[in-house]
Amino acid sequence: MLRVESVVMSFGGFKAVNGANLHVGAGEIVAVIGPNGAGKTTLFNLITGHLAPDSGRILFKGREIGGLSPHVICRKGITRSFQVVNIFSQLTVFENVQIAVLSRERKTYDIFSKVEGMAAEEVERTLRSVGLHDKRNVESVLLSHGDQKVLEIAVALSGKPELLILDEPTAGMAPEETETCIRLIRKLSDEFGLTILFCEHDMGLVFDIAQRVMVMVRGGTVVQGSCEEVRRNTEVQDAYLGGSA
Amino acid sequence: MKHRSLVATLAVLGLLCALPPFLPRFYVYIASIVLLTGLLATSLNLAIGYGGLYQFHHTVFYGVGAYGTALMLTRAGAPAPVAMIAGPLAAALLSLVMGVICVRLSKLYFGMLQISLGSLVWVTVYRWYSFTGGDDGIHGVPLPDLIASAKGSYYYTLAVTALSLLAMRRIAGSPFGKTLQGIRDNPVRSEAIGVDVKRHKLAALVIAGFFGGVAGSLFVVVDTSAFPDMMFWTYSLEVLIMCLLGGMYTFWGPFVGSSTLVLLRVFVSVYTQYWGLILGTILSLVIIFLPDGMLGFFARRFRKGEVRGA
Ligand SMILES: Nc1ncnc2c1ncn2[C@@H]1O[C@H](COP(=O)(O)OP(=O)(O)OP(=O)(O)O)[C@@H](O)[C@H]1O
Ligand SMILES: [Mg+2]
Repeated sequence: MLRVESVVMSFGGFKAVNGANLHVGAGEIVAVIGPNGAGKTTLFNLITGHLAPDSGRILFKGREIGGLSPHVICRKGITRSFQVVNIFSQLTVFENVQIAVLSRERKTYDIFSKVEGMAAEEVERTLRSVGLHDKRNVESVLLSHGDQKVLEIAVALSGKPELLILDEPTAGMAPEETETCIRLIRKLSDEFGLTILFCEHDMGLVFDIAQRVMVMVRGGTVVQGSCEEVRRNTEVQDAYLGGSA
Repeated sequence: MKHRSLVATLAVLGLLCALPPFLPRFYVYIASIVLLTGLLATSLNLAIGYGGLYQFHHTVFYGVGAYGTALMLTRAGAPAPVAMIAGPLAAALLSLVMGVICVRLSKLYFGMLQISLGSLVWVTVYRWYSFTGGDDGIHGVPLPDLIASAKGSYYYTLAVTALSLLAMRRIAGSPFGKTLQGIRDNPVRSEAIGVDVKRHKLAALVIAGFFGGVAGSLFVVVDTSAFPDMMFWTYSLEVLIMCLLGGMYTFWGPFVGSSTLVLLRVFVSVYTQYWGLILGTILSLVIIFLPDGMLGFFARRFRKGEVRGA
């Protein structure tokens, strides 16, 4: 479904992504791991159009998407969450999801309808399924960090993506929040057959939910394969797992 | 709740309709100015309050709306209805052109470029004696009898203002309005859910420019004139202060703010000519004590109303 081929992207002279390769098949859960500053976030930004690659190809369903605008890429079926929470903080939980639904339905230019209550059924259903329904009228800046991260996933989901990208979905979460979040990600994959690409520092979590893993170091792909293959790979053990896996 | 706001609206409209017979001519004129300035401030708020766009030179569209209407009536001898719509359309068109140039820039840069381009328009109007009348402006614009008297122009202004506010209220409460608030809040998130941020901003600018132009065309009806000062950048600043004073994150705030300033100016100018000084003082006080403006302050106080413009 998604194929990244020898992509290079530099900030000034510094190659943050340097020849990365990645393949994500339909329905898979794929994790990207790598030390801090390896270029994971930058790679995701390249895929979602927030940055443009210097060279290399990014193919989604066989079509080149490298360098397109974020809103265009979203329409093609990729939505995401960010490493640092990125929601409409001054709007309510309900409105956050509602805008995403309206955008997907291409109703954002509608100046005649009353937005109040529009798409309410779907919004409420989504909020119920992620467990934020009872907080639907709360201004989202007031939510706990964990709830905000979950809300962002709900917003991303409301675009009905084919590929969902999550940048450190459980970072900064309390242990029980992490549990809930993992269950949510599993559910998304199991129930909706969603393809998910995510990155995480928590190795337990990665090997727990990912079907395949891509290891990134200094902007390049060291190896990608099943969890077993990656765990066995000595290079990975040296570079990242500290030889302890 | 819904019922109550409808009743309140009708009551206010009824009151405004009943006003002229009890007022001296001059105050009927002032009442008209209050109305159309309220419309002007509200149209600015659509861009700046809802869209988070630094529309620093909004009165260019007010001026172009006025000149459009005035020129159509004087030079082209067009029928009044055509002239009334031509002004706002010219303003909307200018807004589109300026928007295309400015919209790629963010925040302050957007505002600065807009001031520059707007000043260019102002200079053109100010200097082009043969067409716009230069710094004299255009005076004694001929109007149909129905709206030529102070009362006639007042009722016309009241009707057009009411309809425009209704339309803008509708837009603010539409999916487009909500999307605009989302863009103001977080453009990156907006893009990531598929919203074409630039285009939505552009649409907001055109709408704001259009209604700014409507206010301008009303000014021609009320004052039978149009002059370059209407679109001098300091007046844009004044309208911005009206929005700040009333509260940008409420729909009615700018109207309240503009009414306050217009009336204040009328009464203050009897005693002193240092309006700028007073305006500056008000601005400072608002920024320090009422960061959400008058309506924002009250809404917060009483925990109801429409903070952030629902
Ligand atoms: N906007 C930027 N300008 C300059 N350098 C940047 C920018 N963004 C990231 N970098 C650099 O690029 C490298 C890769 O950053 P990136 O955020 O992609 O890493 P990461 O793998 O996501 O790290 P982490 O695990 O800490 O999130 C880092 O060295 C970082 O300092
Ligand atoms: Mg990162």
